[in-house]
This record gives sequence, C-alpha cells and structure tokens, in this order.
Amino acid sequence: MRRTFSMGGVHPNDCKISADSAIEIFPLPQRMYISMSQHLGAPAKPLVQRGDKVKTGQMIGASAGFISANIHSSVSGTVAAVEPYADLAGNPVMHVVIDVEGDEWEESIDRTPDTVREITLGPAEIIKRIADCGIVGMGGASFPTHVKLSPPPGKKAEFLIINGAECEPYLTSDYRLMVEHPEEVLLGARIMMKALGVTKGYIGIEDNKPAAIEAMRKLTSSAYTEIEVVPLKKKYPQGGEKQLIDAVTGRKVPSMGLPIDTGVVVQNVGTSFAVYEAVQKNKPLFEGVMTITGRCLPAQHNFLVRTGTTFDRILEHVGGVPQNVAKIISGGPMMGKAVSNLSAATVKSSSSLLLLTEDQTLRRAESECIRCGKCVQACPMGLEPYLLNKLSRAGRMEDLEDHKVYDCIECGCCMFTCPANIPLLDYIRTGKADVMRIMRSRPKK
Amino acid sequence: MRKLIVSPAPHVHGNESTRKIMLDVIIALAPSMLVAVYFFGLSAIMLLAVSVAACVGLEYLIQKYMFKKQPTVSDLSAVVTGVLIALNLPPTAPWWIAVIGAVMAIGVIKMTFGGLGHNIFNPAIVARVFLLISFPVIMTDWTIPTSWFRPGVDAVTGATPLALINEGLAQGQTVEQILAQHDLSYGQMLFARVGGSAGEASALALIIGFIYLLVRRVIRPHIPVTIILTVAVMTGIFWLIDPTRYTDPLFNILTGGLLLGSIFMATDYVTSPMATKGMVIYGIGIGVITVLIRYFGAYPEGVSFAILIMNSIVPLLNKYIKPARFGKEVKHA
Repeated sequence: MRRTFSMGGVHPNDCKISADSAIEIFPLPQRMYISMSQHLGAPAKPLVQRGDKVKTGQMIGASAGFISANIHSSVSGTVAAVEPYADLAGNPVMHVVIDVEGDEWEESIDRTPDTVREITLGPAEIIKRIADCGIVGMGGASFPTHVKLSPPPGKKAEFLIINGAECEPYLTSDYRLMVEHPEEVLLGARIMMKALGVTKGYIGIEDNKPAAIEAMRKLTSSAYTEIEVVPLKKKYPQGGEKQLIDAVTGRKVPSMGLPIDTGVVVQNVGTSFAVYEAVQKNKPLFEGVMTITGRCLPAQHNFLVRTGTTFDRILEHVGGVPQNVAKIISGGPMMGKAVSNLSAATVKSSSSLLLLTEDQTLRRAESECIRCGKCVQACPMGLEPYLLNKLSRAGRMEDLEDHKVYDCIECGCCMFTCPANIPLLDYIRTGKADVMRIMRSRPKK
Repeated sequence: MRKLIVSPAPHVHGNESTRKIMLDVIIALAPSMLVAVYFFGLSAIMLLAVSVAACVGLEYLIQKYMFKKQPTVSDLSAVVTGVLIALNLPPTAPWWIAVIGAVMAIGVIKMTFGGLGHNIFNPAIVARVFLLISFPVIMTDWTIPTSWFRPGVDAVTGATPLALINEGLAQGQTVEQILAQHDLSYGQMLFARVGGSAGEASALALIIGFIYLLVRRVIRPHIPVTIILTVAVMTGIFWLIDPTRYTDPLFNILTGGLLLGSIFMATDYVTSPMATKGMVIYGIGIGVITVLIRYFGAYPEGVSFAILIMNSIVPLLNKYIKPARFGKEVKHA
C-alpha cells in the first residue's frame, strides 16, 4: 500500500494536461514590474531610484526584518519608476518598474550549464547565502526559506522532506523540474540538509508522476543515498505541509504547532532548485517555472518566467485569452487566487496561470445542508466544516474557537465535496480570520 | 474590458449533488422494487405509484403554498421517501394507506421541521410506525409471495417469520418445530418466499442495493455493519444459551426488516450522525434496542422503533462525539 496522509482528503481529476510540455524560456518583456512584497512578512525596502541602471541579479530591495526577503532585479535596464502598482487582486503594492535593455547579468553569477556537485559552504554560510539571494518557499506561502532553515532555540530538525507532491490539479511546474533537473533538486536538498545538520532526507512524490519518481530513484540509488524517494498515493491535499509530514513519516504536527515540533522541515521542489542555484551558482531568485494551462488553450506550456513579467504579456504570448474563459487563476484550482487584474506581474512563487471556462468553475446555487457528513469525512484536519460554516454565519466566535477553526488549512476539500453547493470555506475562512484576530489580541499570560 | 469571475478558492467542485445522491438511492432500491412488482404485481405498482405521487405532490404543495418558496422536489428526496413508504407496507394494503403514510412522513415529520435537512426523525419510518399503530390489522396482513405470473395460485396470507416464531413459542413449541412447520428456510428469505412488507421480501435484492450504495460511495458501511453485527452478537448469545427458545443470528438478520432498516433507513443522512464514531454508537444502539424489542417487547420486529429512538439522540451524538482531530493539542505557556 502506497503511503498517504491519514484522514480526509478528496480526489479531484488531476488534469495534468501540461505534463509533457518541456520547460521553455519565456522571452524577456520590454517592461518589468517587480513587487517589493513577494514573500510572507515585511515588504522589502527599495534600494534603487528612477533613472538607475540595474543588472540582472542585482539586489533592488532589501529585506526589512527577520521575516522578510531580499528582492533582485530579473532584468537589466533602467529603473522607470518606484511606485505603487496594482497586484493580482488590484491592491496597490510598492513595485520597482524597469525598462528592459539587453540582458546583462551580474558577473558574480555562474551562468555555465555545468552541475556543481561539491558543496563548499558551511551551514551558517549556506543560510546566509539563501537569505542574501532572497529565496522564499515556492509552494505558495512564500515563507522566507532562511527562516525555515533556522529552527528556534530548543527545536532540532531530524529530517528534511522535499515536497514533490504537487497535489493541485493542473500544475506541472514541479513535475517538469523533477524530470528535467532531478540532480539539481537533490543537490538543493543536500545543501539544506547540511544547513540543518540532518542526515536523512525524503522526497515525497505522488504516484501520478511515475517519470519523476523514476528520475529521482535513479539518482537516490547511487549518488544521493541519504535521500529516500517516497511514492505517495495520489490524494489532495497531500502537498499540505502537515499532510505531507504525516504521509511520509506518520508524525502529526500538533494543533497550533509547527512542522519543526515533529522534527521535520519541509521544502518545495522549486525551492530546492532555487537553493541549488543560489548556493552553487550564486544566482539570486528572480525566475521560476510557471505552468500556463487550461483546456480552452490551444497548447499547454511550462515556461521559465522572469519575476515581474505581467500576466497580460504571458497570456498574449500563448495566443491571448480565449473568448470562453470565465476565470483566470494564479495557482491551482483548489487554493489559487482568482486574478482580477491582468496587468499584475508575477512574483517569485508564481506557479501557474490557469484558465477556466464558466462550466468548469461554475458555483451552483446553494441548497439545504442534507447532513451527509461528506465534509467531515473530507476534512484532512478532522474538523466539522458543516458546523464551522453555521457557527461562522451566526457569528459565534467562542464556539468557533472551541471547534478549532484555527486548525483549518483552507484546502477547500469540504466545499469541493459538498453536494448542496454550500460555500463552506468562504464562511469558515472569515470566521477563522476573526477568531485568529481575537486570539492574537488576548494578553499573553 | 473583459469580465472575469473573481471568487475565493476552491475554484472547482466535485460535481456531487443532492439530486445525484437521491437518484443513486432510488437505483439502489430498484432491485427491491422489481422483486416487489414481480411477486405482488399490480398491487405493488399501485402502492409505489400512489406513495411516490403523494410524497412529491405534498412536498410541492407545502413548499409552494405554505412556505411560499420555490419547490425543491427535483432533488428527488421526496421520491426516496415515497418508495421507502411503499416498500414498508404489506403488499395488499389499500392505496389510501400509502397516502396517510405520505401525509405523516412529508407533511408532519419532514415539513413541520423545515424540510429536507431539518427533520429529526426519518420520515418513512415514522410513517411505518404510525400506520402500524393506527391500522394494526391492515399493517400485519402479510401475503406470502406467490408468482404474479401464475395467476391460478391464490396468494396465501400469513404472518412474518418473527411473528410466527413468537406465536409458536407462546404455544410451547421449540424454534426447530416452528421452522419445520412453516417451512422457513434461509433460501426462501434470500429469494423472497416469506411473508413481510414489499421491501423486506427479498434479502438478496436489499444486499445488491447495499453494495451499489457502497460502490457509489453514497453511504459508508459503518451504520449497517454495526447494526447487523450487534444483532448477530446479541442474538447469538441468546441462541447459544437456549436454541429451543431463540432463533439463530442469521435468521434474525434476514427477517423483520432488519436489512431494509439498516441499509436504507438508518443510513438516512439527515437523521444519522455526522462523525464516524457517532455512527458506530448509533448503529450499536439500534442493534441492541432491536433485539431487546424482539425478545422482550410487544412487537415481534422492532427495527423501526430502534431507529426512531436512536434518531432522537443523534443531535446529542453530533454535539458530544467529535471526529478525531488531526494532531494533538499542545499546551501553550
């Protein structure tokens, strides 16, 4: 029996229609919009002004706190503006706008195609390099990687798990990296293991990606024996941090706890690749693989896209947005964000643009709850979504807290499975936000 | 300017719907309906038609003219109730019995609580129990199935196997003697040759429906399996103590509407618990109460009463029996 997480989960059609499209290099646009807030935590402080010349890979935003990250220019050219620019939801965020001229890289970056296998840096230097290069989690939350690699005092990591689950339907960027650059991904893992001082690593891959499992196994059976490939039974949300740790090690992250409480650090495949490039090639994080997909598109793509490319530009490149598209999603269909502003630009962790037609994304009219309990069975956190929905609508914050709304990972399984089309997660999410705010406002004992 | 839909995740849906689930239940009941029609002919068709029409019609009228809402009969839940009422009636029952059952189920039990999703008791079971108490003669006039396709043979009226056992025991016979006297065998119970309501005539047809519901993931096995296991264990203990007075577990499982009740009535979403642990407690409770009623109560059967009694504590089970949460609670300093 293939391993998987122990409770809940759903089986959406995986729709990996872009799986066989090799990574193509996306052409440089004329103008780049580089956000200063591409990570969880404090926005970076812009280091350049209008009129400054910048090179590809040059730092243009400085980390503004422990939980923050540096930002690097993804192109060479002239800074046209440092000003607020609307993000994908239309909210103004500080951006550095660059008019692209040529593609002149910082000399310190190793642009040779060779794979650098020898790891010369020590643990502290690795973490410093990762911080300098502005690496953040590529799985979606964009948590600064150097923070995750520095466990708080008293906590010790035992394992590193590389997240190759890619459980969201449609997404194939991690899959392409694992198939096309397996050794770089494993080297990234080895580097992070050195930084953490752990000797055992795992890479969890869902069994709908046999080519990735095979590519990784070929290497882990010979040169990378400290890393074990763990094929996982396909189930959403396997790529959730808590679910992946459960699936791979059987350990359960405590309620309100962190992965490190179980002695595990999880990093995404894309992050591992970025760590390799930062540490071995001295290349800051300014580009990433994005899946551009949708059944309505004439062709499916995986592009290596420089950070700051606008969605408009990408969509234009693939032939424009087909007439029947009703929703464009940044990320996967289960947890991604609906884009309301197509002139917004990509960020470090942008993993995809997914185009859905109206019938693929239709929200049907809500009917009465028939108390089927499918949401309870589907919840990977063992919560009662039907009840949380009702409590949230009634504004019963204490009851919501008693029923552990704060444990909700917002995976959407409940809403996906609900036969009455009740927008469960919409209400649970707002209730959770309220409860978390109340909990944070309490005086610390 | 292009219009795009902007809404929070998830952006896709599993395409499950109340209507699809109800349709699956109707399909799962089809073998039992076919058996009923095969053995009881026109009277079974008439009962099914009247019962379904009365349930759907009542729900429509109440929603439209009393609730003043858009009727939701297309969700097919009233059809399921109608079929279940018909399958719980003796095949020879008059048509108006089905109408009274529908008024009780839909009008009183389902709609007064607010409609689908809000009722505490299973509508079809309340209808059955109400009719059993109000019209005891009609409701216990069981016909032993004879083939519709052999019209020369008259239908034989008789009691259900459990009633026969109780009568026989009262006359001082042993179980073995009673079974032999009435020619009751497991083969007959599986393939519908014993007396009972239209739906409980064939255990095999019910089991086929059960497998269909499991395969389609409409229900999970917990409730029916715990009921059947509990009945098997309890009756097994009695049977081992005194096989002359008590029937064996298999006999108890195949008779008295236990399969119909545990597969199709106790698993009703609205009136059964939400969490797995709650389902197990609910199932055990139904099993225990069923056996107690059969052996120590006034009625030879008892599944219906057991389900109703356990229905009443489902809100408590939902309140106090919580699903296993992911991860342990940690104490915060």
